[in-house]
Amino acid sequence: MACFLVPVAEAVVATVITKAVEAKETEAAQRKADTGNNNFETKSQIPLASKLKWLTSMLWGGSALLAFEHLWHGEVVPWFPFLTAASDPAAAAEMLAEMATVGVAMAVLVTTVWGVMLLVTKAMEKKALQTQPISD
Amino acid sequence: MTLLITVFAAIISTVIWYKNAPRDEMKVGMLCWMYWGAALMWLVDAIFGYVEQQAEYFTPTPVEMLNDLFLGLSAVALGLIIWLVVLLIKDPKGVIRAAWLKQR
Repeated sequence: MACFLVPVAEAVVATVITKAVEAKETEAAQRKADTGNNNFETKSQIPLASKLKWLTSMLWGGSALLAFEHLWHGEVVPWFPFLTAASDPAAAAEMLAEMATVGVAMAVLVTTVWGVMLLVTKAMEKKALQTQPISD
Repeated sequence: MTLLITVFAAIISTVIWYKNAPRDEMKVGMLCWMYWGAALMWLVDAIFGYVEQQAEYFTPTPVEMLNDLFLGLSAVALGLIIWLVVLLIKDPKGVIRAAWLKQR
């Protein structure tokens, strides 16, 4: 009915966090470049902002296609109140229940998959760092 | 059916992305994330559908299957359109920017 709204809400929050982290990382990189501290640094880690972008891309992309599915089934309409279930109290209650179950499960699964990806990436980064030759 | 079509779209786009990695000039990575995100969300939908309908979930009527097939293909097409729009706006190869500057 409107389960995609839960991942959309998470996507909004994740996007704001991504922008903040990106700004922080850019500032830190700039400071490092200004002080000349990165002369012999080996790049082995994917920035956190990039990793957060994986999550936001999955959430926004998935939600967009799911919103289309809801449009297809007539559950979302391009006029107010946009959700057909919102105009009827009984249907609205059902919609909220679906958001709390299906919607939350969607957001949790996407986030869990992203979490697993982070763990795998971390292990790969660690392995790459260990095999890197030590430079003076 | 929608889930299956999206999963295939996700796998194909991931293979294309991997073939060109680490370069991602065509922004195929974005397409991968979009299809995987949708596939995961539809997987949850399928699980809830299965819990509700049990074995009946796997025996849809031909009309339902046809509708789901159209929906899946339309969703994949929409994903491709979104990707194309983002690609043309970001213009990583600078083709549109160069053509526009040439015209001016």
